[in-house]
Amino acid sequence: MQRAVGTQASGDTGPVTSGAPRRWGPLLPIAPALLLVLALFVYPFLYGLNLSVHPLGALAKGGMLANYAAFFGDPRERTSIWNTLRLAVPVTVLDLVLALPLAYRLRRPLPGQRVITGLLVIPMTLGTVLLAEGMIEFFGPAGWVNKLLLALHLITTPVQFVHNYTGVFISLMIADFPAVFLVLLGYASGLDPRLEQAARTLGAGWWRRLRRVTLPLLAPGIAAAAALSFVATFSVFPSAVLVGEPAGSTRVIALAAWQAAYEQYDYPRASAIAMVMAAIELLFVAAVLAARNRAYQGPTIGGRG
Amino acid sequence: MSQILARPAPRARAADGPSWWVYAAVGVFALLVAGIFLSALLNSFASTWFGGWLPDAYTTKWYRFAITEFDLGYVLAITILVGLSVTVLSLALGVPAAYVLARQTFPGRSPLLLLLILPMLVPPITYGIPLAAMLYSARLGGTLTGVIIVNIVPALPFVVLIMTPFFEQIDPNLERAARTLGAAPIQVFRRVLLPIALPGVLAAGLLILVRAIALFELTFLVSGARSQTLVVALYYTAFAAGIRPSQAIDAMAVVYMITGLIVLLAALRFINPVNMVIRVRQ
Repeated sequence: MQRAVGTQASGDTGPVTSGAPRRWGPLLPIAPALLLVLALFVYPFLYGLNLSVHPLGALAKGGMLANYAAFFGDPRERTSIWNTLRLAVPVTVLDLVLALPLAYRLRRPLPGQRVITGLLVIPMTLGTVLLAEGMIEFFGPAGWVNKLLLALHLITTPVQFVHNYTGVFISLMIADFPAVFLVLLGYASGLDPRLEQAARTLGAGWWRRLRRVTLPLLAPGIAAAAALSFVATFSVFPSAVLVGEPAGSTRVIALAAWQAAYEQYDYPRASAIAMVMAAIELLFVAAVLAARNRAYQGPTIGGRG
Repeated sequence: MSQILARPAPRARAADGPSWWVYAAVGVFALLVAGIFLSALLNSFASTWFGGWLPDAYTTKWYRFAITEFDLGYVLAITILVGLSVTVLSLALGVPAAYVLARQTFPGRSPLLLLLILPMLVPPITYGIPLAAMLYSARLGGTLTGVIIVNIVPALPFVVLIMTPFFEQIDPNLERAARTLGAAPIQVFRRVLLPIALPGVLAAGLLILVRAIALFELTFLVSGARSQTLVVALYYTAFAAGIRPSQAIDAMAVVYMITGLIVLLAALRFINPVNMVIRVRQ
């Protein structure tokens, strides 16, 4: 019996035996993970969706979509989407543009590779809260940045870097960079060098190689990095409060959702805002994936299967 | 680290042009991060710091203040407890799932993989708010159990994402050989797979731990006064800045940073970040 199971499952990399009734036994180890995701992710999502179409209080008469109508009808609430996008989109794009050449160049180890990657990855441990705390000192009116600029006579009065849009922008740029870099590095180091060599042998210059070979091959990595970065920056919360201007220009959508839930105790309205957030997020991911499929379709890596 | 993770080392060629700009860019970035960290570090040891390049005088009283006033020891213990529980539980759930995803082909594999990874692609607040509402109605809101439960949700996809490619590159012939010799599936897992996979599992665990320590939103939504992790406690103290001396907040921030840094450095010893390739067979 045991041997029978063994031979049956040993065709593991190929398709499970066809014809005979399928055996679900080998798939059983997925069940606990699947149940967890269903119970703690899918169900809460549906629960929130259901909550959001059952408005409370005065909105209860407005029908199922009253929470959504209230959100889009109120300029202060509506603006939170714009406040979030004008942080998340530029930060994602800029981090990609900065990380791409570094990741590409580091796909083959340079001297000190470990130290370099270590230095680039360290901000991961900082987290947005510590980053915000340190930034208040470092970029503050009496901080080192302003002192240096004053000493160099580049400015005459301290520049306001924190407690505004700039502060949140800088903090997100730093907090987000390591993940973008790591994902791109992973993909770049998986590139098959022979493809570029072939292009070179065929006489393509560096620009054509980059545009026609390297970038299309990296498209899946760029898409993955963009999606992960957008999730992180789009749900920005602590830094928007600590180094931003939470009552004004950096009142982001996550903050709007939190305030509805924990300051007004209106879970249905908070859930509606959360659903709007998820919809925007998923639209962005879908757009990125569509762009990726336009750029390149096919296997990403060679030499590693 | 292990041979299994090591990529075939590509021969370096001079075709890429000069590399000084890589060092320059990394230097600028490191300087920025170091400046931010040092500002917080020095301020946490400053008795006062007005106007000068360096603090006027140094003291350790803010750390003592943080320990007594913010209950730093308790918060740190909670943080470590939450981090370790989340790591162990998400590995226990995620590693078997990753193994099956790596080895079996079955209808619906791609959608299943997407479903398991989806929590990474959605902002935590979106499911965190209804999840918190659920937990509060199940009387788990504000408890340590609740905090651990919510933190598993984003950790699990991460395990699946890292461990699936890892298992894919382990030679299936090893398992086949063991089975041919009569080993039961559980024996194959325990005696053959686990020893090979252990370095990868440990590396994934350390990364999960780093993330679990740094994760803010979900803990923030669910934790109560006695179940806060360090980030959340730090947020609350920083949020009430003005009431608290900034040096004491920075003392707490430094403790948080050092906790995370130790784990990250441990992780970097075990793994080459290049191997955290997020790439899964379609």
